[in-house]
Amino acid sequence: MTRNLFEQQLHRLQDEILELGSSVDKSLLEVVVALRRRDLAAARRLEAHDEVINKKRFAIEEDCLTLIATQQPMARDLRILAAILEVITELERMGDYVKGIGHIITMLGPEPLPPDLLDHFDAMASKSTKMLRRALDAFIAGDAKAAKAIPTGDDEVDKLYNLVYRELVNQMIANPDTIDHATHLLWVAHNLERFADRVSNICERTLFFATGEMMELRSTNDETKHPSYRIPDGE
Amino acid sequence: MLTLANDLSRPLPMVRTGAVPAKEEEAAEIQTLPVKIDIRGLSIFYGKFRAIAEVTMAIPAHQVTAIIGPSGCGKSTLLRALNRMTDLTPGAHAEGDVILDGENILGPGVDVVPIRQRVGMVFQRPNPFPKSIYDNVAYGPRLYGVRKRVELDGIVERSLKQAALWDEVKDKLQQSGMALSGGQQQRLCIARALAVEPSVILMDEPASALDPIATLKIEDLMQQLKSEYTMVIVTHNMQQAARVADYTAFLMIDGERAGRLIEYGPTSRIFTKPEKKETEDYVTGRFG
Repeated sequence: MTRNLFEQQLHRLQDEILELGSSVDKSLLEVVVALRRRDLAAARRLEAHDEVINKKRFAIEEDCLTLIATQQPMARDLRILAAILEVITELERMGDYVKGIGHIITMLGPEPLPPDLLDHFDAMASKSTKMLRRALDAFIAGDAKAAKAIPTGDDEVDKLYNLVYRELVNQMIANPDTIDHATHLLWVAHNLERFADRVSNICERTLFFATGEMMELRSTNDETKHPSYRIPDGE
Repeated sequence: MLTLANDLSRPLPMVRTGAVPAKEEEAAEIQTLPVKIDIRGLSIFYGKFRAIAEVTMAIPAHQVTAIIGPSGCGKSTLLRALNRMTDLTPGAHAEGDVILDGENILGPGVDVVPIRQRVGMVFQRPNPFPKSIYDNVAYGPRLYGVRKRVELDGIVERSLKQAALWDEVKDKLQQSGMALSGGQQQRLCIARALAVEPSVILMDEPASALDPIATLKIEDLMQQLKSEYTMVIVTHNMQQAARVADYTAFLMIDGERAGRLIEYGPTSRIFTKPEKKETEDYVTGRFG
């Protein structure tokens, strides 16, 4: 006996997650480009795109609950659906970070942005999206080993965040007139850093559905490392 | 956390989970439960055919334990061995031990009558006697010598209340038990089993002939009864096992078509994180 219908529906859900993930991934890369170019139209479009991501998340959630109610999955099947519910929440929140950066772009004044800083933002976005793609591949494959390894990439994003933080704080001290501007940019860095953190959460869910173990996957350089640098998430 | 219904002041025997070494925390949890029936290396033969092979598991007191597995894996045979109903099948014999409250009921010279009083049974199809509701419930106690009307009245009322049937039948106790609905008949059979004051109730697919509402009533009843009785249920319905059982045992036939215990543990784990692939395949519906 096999469960063809269940398998088909599960595969469809997995495709939808990849679609949602790729939409979030693309939006993040686009938003750092929009920041560099000060492209207000693109920023507003990306801000509005969050609604599409949210709807997609709700649609997957509904399909997931329908599958639980109609197919009564057990064991690994149940764990994968529980994990999907968590993963789509993470992706939706990652979409919120993109939306937040889009909004910051519309709030920035005409002051020029230091090229170094923009490069750091690009690097953070690039590293984070690579982690996300690897994390989603590991999720679909149920690859616990990969899921455990991916969060270490978060250290590099954290390092960049610390660098940006110090640069901006120094700038604020040197020139208090830039405090508003620098605070906005600090929020950009914060959103990028949180984006990468949520990739680790996706990896935790992969580990859970693949092995049944619930475990917090910290990067080697865990978040207590620089408590003073952390901006409360307000979540 | 599991609640303990028994006296904790006396030393508690350890439950051995048989086929699978329990995980540390699971073992610690199970060890706190007193054992009601300790099954050790039990094999049941029908003639030369071995229907179940070397089953070792300890059934905890005041818990609901479910036995699941595909058709023909020996679930009912295992259940029926627990009050020696297997004796009723010509050519059947058992090897190993079934230790009920410290006494091996498979031992030589054991009288089966008191064993069947202590370990009651409810079957798949409700099978009330063609008698009144009252006489159905009073049947067992009369057999065991209770004669006084007032005493019988008390037993009938108590048993019907425990079986959650009293309110529905208290005004028609003299009507035939056969006139009740299927779900009511099954609860009547449970009341009949309870009337002789057993300490263990075995249920063989008790709800498979009932509609969903009647099924849920029986399941609710099992939860209520476990504070006073040890319940063992055989079911084809995995959802039912998941809903009602505290512990679940999974049986499957081996290469010689004998039922073997594959995995035994807390229901919550068996249905979310089974350790054996066979269990995983069975509970996810990918068996065979």
